[in-house]
Amino acid sequence: MPTALDDAPAVKAAGAPKPRRARRNRRRVALPYLLLLPAILLELLVHLIPMVAGLVMSFFKLTQFSIRDFSSAPAAGLDNYKFVLDFDSAAGKSLLGSFWISIVYTVLSVGFCWLFGTSAAVLMQKNFRGRGLLRTLFLVPYALPMYAAVITWSFMFQKDTGLVNDLLGTDSFWLIGDNSFWSLVVVSVWRNWPFAFLIVMAGLQNIPGELYEAAAIDGAGWWRQFQTITQPMLRPVNQVLLLVLFLWTFNDFNTPYVLFGASAPKEASLISIHIYQSSFVTWNFGLGSAMSVLLLLFLLIVSTVYLGLTSRRRNAVV
Amino acid sequence: MSEPRWVSWARRFVLGFLALFTLIPLYAMVSSSLKPLGDVQGTWEWIPTTLTIQPFFDIWETIPLAEYFVNSLVISGSAAILSVVIAIFAAYALSRFQFRGKNFFKLTVLSTQMFPGILFLLPLFLIFVNIGNTTGIVLYGSRLGLIITYLTFSLPFAIWMLAGYIDSIPKELDEAAMVDGTGPFGALIRVVVPAAMPGIVAVGIYSFMTAWGEVLFASVMTDSGTRTLAVGLQEYSTQVQVYWNQVMAASLIVSVPVVAGFLLLQRYLVAGLTAGAVK
Amino acid sequence: MRIGKIAPALVLALAAAATTACGGGTSSSAPKELVYWASNQGTSLDNDKAVLQPELDKFEKASGIKVKLEVVPWTDLLNRILAATTSGKGPDVLNIGNTWSASLQATGAFLPFDDAALEKVGGKSRFLGPSLAATGASGQPPVGVPLYGQAYGLYYNKKLFAEAGITKPPATWEELVEDGKKLTKPDKGQWGLSLQAGQVTENSHHAAILGAQQGAQFFTAEGKPQLASDPSVAAVQQFVDLMQKDKIVNPANAEYADTAKSLKDLSDGKAAMFMNQASAGSFKNIGMDMANLGVAPIPLPATAPPNGRKVTSFVAGINMSVFKNTKNPDAALDFVKFMVSAPEQALLNKTYGSLPTVQDAYSDAAFQTEDVKVFQNVLANSAEPMPQVPQESQFETLIGTAMKGMFADVAAGKPVDGAKIRDQLNQADQQIAAGS
Repeated sequence: MPTALDDAPAVKAAGAPKPRRARRNRRRVALPYLLLLPAILLELLVHLIPMVAGLVMSFFKLTQFSIRDFSSAPAAGLDNYKFVLDFDSAAGKSLLGSFWISIVYTVLSVGFCWLFGTSAAVLMQKNFRGRGLLRTLFLVPYALPMYAAVITWSFMFQKDTGLVNDLLGTDSFWLIGDNSFWSLVVVSVWRNWPFAFLIVMAGLQNIPGELYEAAAIDGAGWWRQFQTITQPMLRPVNQVLLLVLFLWTFNDFNTPYVLFGASAPKEASLISIHIYQSSFVTWNFGLGSAMSVLLLLFLLIVSTVYLGLTSRRRNAVV
Repeated sequence: MSEPRWVSWARRFVLGFLALFTLIPLYAMVSSSLKPLGDVQGTWEWIPTTLTIQPFFDIWETIPLAEYFVNSLVISGSAAILSVVIAIFAAYALSRFQFRGKNFFKLTVLSTQMFPGILFLLPLFLIFVNIGNTTGIVLYGSRLGLIITYLTFSLPFAIWMLAGYIDSIPKELDEAAMVDGTGPFGALIRVVVPAAMPGIVAVGIYSFMTAWGEVLFASVMTDSGTRTLAVGLQEYSTQVQVYWNQVMAASLIVSVPVVAGFLLLQRYLVAGLTAGAVK
Repeated sequence: MRIGKIAPALVLALAAAATTACGGGTSSSAPKELVYWASNQGTSLDNDKAVLQPELDKFEKASGIKVKLEVVPWTDLLNRILAATTSGKGPDVLNIGNTWSASLQATGAFLPFDDAALEKVGGKSRFLGPSLAATGASGQPPVGVPLYGQAYGLYYNKKLFAEAGITKPPATWEELVEDGKKLTKPDKGQWGLSLQAGQVTENSHHAAILGAQQGAQFFTAEGKPQLASDPSVAAVQQFVDLMQKDKIVNPANAEYADTAKSLKDLSDGKAAMFMNQASAGSFKNIGMDMANLGVAPIPLPATAPPNGRKVTSFVAGINMSVFKNTKNPDAALDFVKFMVSAPEQALLNKTYGSLPTVQDAYSDAAFQTEDVKVFQNVLANSAEPMPQVPQESQFETLIGTAMKGMFADVAAGKPVDGAKIRDQLNQADQQIAAGS
């Protein structure tokens, strides 16, 4: 088994007798797999096997009639998928609508989260009085129990008795109608930007101060340093951050569920709520699984394309 | 060092805006927790006309808040610690070694982030129940089941982040340690972990928060003895109304220790490899 | 290996439990214990526990059967039932919303109450007819017995009525609209009627009531959905028009999803009428002056539409069901019998402000007031269950959500006409048909 281990110098330096080296070699070879083993086992148990089971469920007509005894569920072949993908039908149309809403919502939310997080992290690199306090304050929305945070906003968005209308001097609906989409975005950004802040902050710690000092000596100003040092060094962090934020936000179930109750207005019907409402609420799990599988496929494609593009760019820069 | 004027203005403006954005809902929470129920249901008042700390007492009776709090702490804490440990091992392997299947593992782990929770909720629930029935290890309705679930949820991101972080730690540090004959494992413990502390802390916080706020799985996988805060807070809403003031009071109480924890951990978060934090 | 270790431990544990709790002289040696999931009927989960525990203790004294109580919030109950149904591990006895009866019946997870079982709990004839009808699809044995009854009535603010010169509550729907118009003074912040227009289940309930009045059958005899029938469209239009055409409902109600809001509006004089289930207790909690509160049945249209049924409420309520997997079916039935016995029915329903589901409990003094008699009459004589079909929850969700969207449109100034309504109901029909 070819393994380009970096222990060649160590082995040479050790100058151990042959049998011990062979044994150590075998142990070294096994080591990465051993290190990965717990992670692999857990992923199998919690993520992968249930996923496959979910996939299998999507090919069956699994409803309240057959939930008690899965083997009695009649096979549905591709029927669930056909129902979902029939874009002329009401169900297909609303799924497509929900899909577009989710995309716009995710792009906006992730965009603002990243913008706020990066700005705050970068602007707070310089020490000033109260920085620690401010940093803690910024992390509080992330620290709050999700239910509490969202229900506070739902409370603030009430038309007649809410803070938002009071503050803005308006009298509009925020939880139904066209505005409901924007309410959702605001709540999502409020809760999630601290996470971007946290990650970018950790990433900034990684950048050696000497780089900045050297650049300053060369006469580079603040903005130039930001462009030539900070941004490129943050690129690997950003690559992961943006991707996971996108995936999590797109799949977000809790925020609309708590903000709007179980029935989200159609202007703010995110895809996971939509799937929940059109299948799980009605105990049609086969259909729900089919929709979820399609969602998964979509995200798989997006992620692959994204990683392909960003890795290429990274290699090009380096 | 010199920074242009516009940057200091930008700093004041941006941070000021973000501070307000963060504070206003928090103020709504705090002031509502101090109002009697009637006031909270009426028109919004910036300054409360009646102040009462009664909600802070009532919350312990309306739902078993203390019990939920302990459950959440145990579950989230265990999940965070275990997740970080397992992630460090895996990240070290990914970063420092070349082996067959490395890229496949990376992609699989990343792909789990795309799984919509509702897709594998039901199957996971069934698997847990079956494990309980056949082996007697109770996973459904037990803290252990949720710990396992949550720790796995945060694993992919933790591994990814830590692998990237460890990548940036020069290999020479490892090798210097290994020259002393400790082997890669020792290098991991003695050199890599301390150097990666900010990343580890960030990932630990992330892991804890993910478990702390998760609602969907907790609502299905727990019973009255193991219920977490995330689900329990919903119990402040009854058939007829939501006890806003009590929800806010409970949220504040449960947030205080978490925020305090953040404060303490900040030190580790900010400890840079070199003087990278100071510009 | 592992199983081998567990089994002896289990046997020991059971034996220990049996010896410590022995006595009572009942036929089986193992102590009987039931797990009971109660729904949230009171002001909080703790309140429910405080109400039920003394009764459970009473039951234990009388029968030797211990009942382990868990009060499950409504947000969780259906999920938990699902989990129990799939895993086979659940409570012995539980409360369910009676509109879930047919859906849950279809899973086969609940014990059917055939005539023999009904006899064991006191006999079929004790129950109010409509309440008993809301326990499962017709033609099949019920999967529960009605525990707490509820019906809709029209609550009104007597003072506002007097101020507007209206001497008695509306007797026909047209009168309701008329009175509503007289009582609507937007500049004073006063409206004729308050609606929970943002609440999906409330909308579906009113659709069912008005639909029945118009003669609609939402499902054919074979169970095919026909939500988009003419009378059904007419009923939804009639309801939406309360805000749109008649303008007796505050557009802000399009967002109302919290019953307490409407109760408060009525109590504060911001609304003059509110259609709701029997909620005297909740009104009291909100601070309403009870002398000011009146209730009447929801009125019928002056002239009955063709095939229109005399329905002024749907049969609301909670049923008590038994899981088929229970290890103690006899004990479970004993417990059910206890809970539907006349004294318990009187006590619990009195406390919760709901209505007994058995005739003999009504002799209690608490149910002799005028208000209660109105609801009792409605429940016994002019109430119809929601469609007792497995797709009932889909029906509620789809029609209720569609109506919520319609109210949102109306509140935003966009017109909602018959064509739009028919279109949405058609979509609902398609979804129910294809997804089932």
